[in-house]
Amino acid sequence: MLWRKIARHGLVLVATVLLGGLLSAMLVRLAPGFDVDESQLDPRLNAESVRALRDSRRAQRNVFTFYFHSLQAAGHGDLGTSISLGRPIRSLLHERSPLTLRLVGIGLLLSWSLALALALSGAWLRISAYDVGATVLSGTFLCIPAAVLALLSVLWNVPGALAIALIVFPRVYRYVRNVLDKAYRLPHILTARAKGAGETRILTWHVLPVAAPQLLAVAGVSVSIAVGAAIPVEALCGLAGVGQLAWQAALSRDLPLLTTITVLVTLVTLLANSSADVIGHMLRGQRV
Amino acid sequence: MSIWRRVACAILLLVAGLSLAAPWLAPTGYAKQFRETAGAPPSRQHWLGTDDIGRDRFARVLYGTRISLLLAPAAALLSTLMAAFIGGLAGYLGGAWERGAMAVTDLFLSLPWLFLLITVRALLPLSVSPMVSVVVTFSVLGALGWTAAARVLCATAGSLRNADFVRQARVSGLSGTRLFWVHVLPNLKPVLYAQFWISIPAFILSEANLGILGLGVSEPMPSWGSLLKELEGLISVREEPWKFVPLLLLVVVVTSFQLVLSSQEEVAA
Repeated sequence: MLWRKIARHGLVLVATVLLGGLLSAMLVRLAPGFDVDESQLDPRLNAESVRALRDSRRAQRNVFTFYFHSLQAAGHGDLGTSISLGRPIRSLLHERSPLTLRLVGIGLLLSWSLALALALSGAWLRISAYDVGATVLSGTFLCIPAAVLALLSVLWNVPGALAIALIVFPRVYRYVRNVLDKAYRLPHILTARAKGAGETRILTWHVLPVAAPQLLAVAGVSVSIAVGAAIPVEALCGLAGVGQLAWQAALSRDLPLLTTITVLVTLVTLLANSSADVIGHMLRGQRV
Repeated sequence: MSIWRRVACAILLLVAGLSLAAPWLAPTGYAKQFRETAGAPPSRQHWLGTDDIGRDRFARVLYGTRISLLLAPAAALLSTLMAAFIGGLAGYLGGAWERGAMAVTDLFLSLPWLFLLITVRALLPLSVSPMVSVVVTFSVLGALGWTAAARVLCATAGSLRNADFVRQARVSGLSGTRLFWVHVLPNLKPVLYAQFWISIPAFILSEANLGILGLGVSEPMPSWGSLLKELEGLISVREEPWKFVPLLLLVVVVTSFQLVLSSQEEVAA
């Protein structure tokens, strides 16, 4: 049963990633001004060079051919060359992904720590004023655009990872609070509390096993939110990560780079969601 | 209606009223430059000071609020209609239609919202007239924001497909199209209504993000996004706190929307 679930997830993942890459390539191809290449206007280029540039552009005109060739090359480890930066995409990603991974990883860790700390302390204390305070705090961050938080992090010299954490935190907190609140209201928790079980024991033995699958699903979604948050943070804080690369690729209409990043982002978010789903399924299976 | 919702409604009405009264409250307009007082602090003449090129910030805030508050609902209407058409019809038809529509929806949802928005907006022309940039920005928001709503509507329409009254109408000989328009669509109204209102604050925030990243409404037209872009050159909060007024207004408006919509979210869920 579990293997069938994993296989189904894998199939859906591959199909969605391939479709995502094709869709992004089609969008870029259909975008107004795709055929215009400013380098062709360079007066220093002779007729032969301009023709060579046009030929290379023509090769990208048929989006299906372009995408098929890209996939074939990707199979051999060649992700193509960025038009705007004139460098192999593989080396660009290799250089920039460690920073993005670190930012997203630390951001997720901080946001989850804050969300769990607030939600758990709220559930333990059961003071309505505390709960309202935490909700107002998360609600305020929810109402501030991600790009503003990125700008403020530059102004106050705050690390980019903290800006990502503050963008992700309110979205995570809302769900975590509801899941834990619901779990703490279950009858067997009340019984355990009435029998004198300590809060730590209630949390680890009775609440977490019930809430874990749902929390894992939120964790999967939070990866997608953090990846999205990395774009304004890296672009506005001048951090040379994949988010900034995506931003530059979008502005310069760099078809190969944009398609590769779209496939990569789709792959990361789908992998996170599928892993959360499969682990949640395993945990549910264990409980049964 | 709770007291907080009433207060939120009053704030929204007040802000909308003030923004609509912009031509009377700020007769100088949002584009007029006062070159001799560029970058000036608040004064009797310019309540919120002037920006780096001497435009009255108060006028720009009022006009920017008007643009964001008028066009976010327009984008929400577009996305809700698309969601109703795609999600509602897919749910009603079921089978391969439903699977196909949901595969496309899943594809859109698998990409982070801001990444998708930036990518699609950047593909469209950026050097356009201010009015066209307003239309393009909010059209992109509307055209891409339907996916989450389509999922909800597909599920709701799917449950209606096998409802007793729909089955009865079907065996009575009612055609598929008429059945959808007369019996299914009216029952989707509460969800559509909720989705419409929920989309508005989300689109206001998205426009602000696009504006700050330079992909929103172009100059000299103001919007909350372009007004917040001013924070980029901020030296210190203590020295120029008036530059935070657009952010404060945005937070107050979005919070008010959240308070008013808390009941709508329950319907959508």
